[in-house]
Amino acid sequence: MSELTDLYQEVVLDHGKRPRNFGPLEGATHRAEGLNPLCGDRITVQARVDGGVVRDVRFEGSGCAISKASASVMTGFAKGKTPAEIDAVFEQFHRLVTEGPETVDAASLGKLAVFGGVHEYPTRVKCASLAWHALRQALHGGADPISTE
Amino acid sequence: MRALDEKRQAKVARRGIAVDARPERRFDPERLRAEFPILRQRVHGQPLVYLDNAATTQRPRAVIDAIARFYEEDNANVHRGVHLLSERATKKYDGARVKVARAIGADPREVIFVRGTTEGVNLVAQTFGRTRVGAGDEVLVTEMEHHSNLVPWQMLCQEKQAHLRVVPVTDAGDLDLDALERLLGPRTRLLAVTQVSNALGTVNPIPRIVERAHAKGVPVLVDGAQGMPHLGFDVRAMGADFYAFSGHKMYGPTGIGVLWGRREHLEAMPPWQGGGDMILSVTFDKTIYNALPYKFEAGTPAIAEAVGLGAALDWLQGIDREALVAHERELLAYAAEALAAVPGLRIVGTPRERAGVISFLLGDVHPHDVGTVLDRHGVAIRAGHHCAQPLMQRYGVPATARASFAAYNTRADVDALVRGLHAGREMFA
Repeated sequence: MSELTDLYQEVVLDHGKRPRNFGPLEGATHRAEGLNPLCGDRITVQARVDGGVVRDVRFEGSGCAISKASASVMTGFAKGKTPAEIDAVFEQFHRLVTEGPETVDAASLGKLAVFGGVHEYPTRVKCASLAWHALRQALHGGADPISTE
Repeated sequence: MRALDEKRQAKVARRGIAVDARPERRFDPERLRAEFPILRQRVHGQPLVYLDNAATTQRPRAVIDAIARFYEEDNANVHRGVHLLSERATKKYDGARVKVARAIGADPREVIFVRGTTEGVNLVAQTFGRTRVGAGDEVLVTEMEHHSNLVPWQMLCQEKQAHLRVVPVTDAGDLDLDALERLLGPRTRLLAVTQVSNALGTVNPIPRIVERAHAKGVPVLVDGAQGMPHLGFDVRAMGADFYAFSGHKMYGPTGIGVLWGRREHLEAMPPWQGGGDMILSVTFDKTIYNALPYKFEAGTPAIAEAVGLGAALDWLQGIDREALVAHERELLAYAAEALAAVPGLRIVGTPRERAGVISFLLGDVHPHDVGTVLDRHGVAIRAGHHCAQPLMQRYGVPATARASFAAYNTRADVDALVRGLHAGREMFA
């Protein structure tokens, strides 16, 4: 049996409590809202893209420790990346949270690897991926709020 | 039919609980618990503590066996075949209807089998509602309604260009009855109100509410999804016009529920779904609809599930209801006190009378995280908006954690819940 601390690692608890890049983004060029109808969680991700590169990204909203921590770590990661790079890493990240650390190259995920325990908690996969869905929606267009359902 | 019922009653009497109940009227939740096979398991290495009963209760052996026995011995379609199996299946299916009618003090012709509370409300909205509500009219709901007793009315109002009015809830979680009085107006065509709030546990004073509505000529639909399992319902004493409840929240199967309606309403209402079983004769020019209740039961119904619901009612009948209500009330009081003693914990809603449910927040820990930590301690609760998003907005929270109780829960379950909450508090300190 996995331990609760596999899910709630120190880094996750820390980012959940003190999320980085939290709040509105001045001069945002892209924006999307993510909804988790299961729990009513709602986050908004805003990005400033310049020259094909995400220069800044911030998020707002309410959510559980996992979704806030995931948004927090993601925003830190996404700065300076191109949308294509973000997509590629999301693919790895999604596999990490659904299938586990053995199925991905953990080194390439850097700090994102702290979500390696999520796959043991299928009901929490949506929490971990909500911010990512919103960011990708923001970068690739589409005005409707995305939903994890 | 009579002979069948007597046989069944004898069977009920042979079961330990009913025999016990007669001489000493003893109620023993531990013995009840032993009748639920699913509760014997461990989850994540811990004994299962099931406190998500407002979502769905578990089923006792008697219900599981009744469904299996139906499929093994009696299965056939109802109201059709001339053969013996069809006759038996029909007898069991309509026999279940008689049990429901008895349980709520109704005429069996007024008991319509539906999929659940949601379908019952939609049936009324789409038939009674569509013929009674017009442009500029008003439908009255309350702030504590489950989405299933809100969205169907919203849809109807949109279609008819009518107005949805909302009876507010006080800070304590009670309905504001003065506001109700004011909101019952000349254009009000229906009041839809829950017997018990699924999110706060509030017990609404249905007879008083019905009295006020009827004084203004407004019919009342009561959502009994949470009320029926804990308090039961007597349609004559309560005076309502419609009552809907679900089998699976009262120890019966999923996929079966009941809509009860006053006969004069049901007679006047147009059918909802068309199809087999709801007709007397069909030509391309004209269809003559079947009598009540079949007029509202198009297609092959959930036969085994209805039989299962009948078995659940038999099972409940075998329990001393007064003792059960007292046990649940005592357990709720114990839980409320134990929860309030957890540092940082806030109970959401302190209604005058409560049944079945306690909603709470643990400091600023998100209810989802509370739910996950509790799950690892073997404790199943619900975390979320409880399909009552407007109510969550009323209290300014996106979600709550909810512990909900059934006949088989004990103080030990509450103690396990509290232990899990302390662990959660430490983790997120």
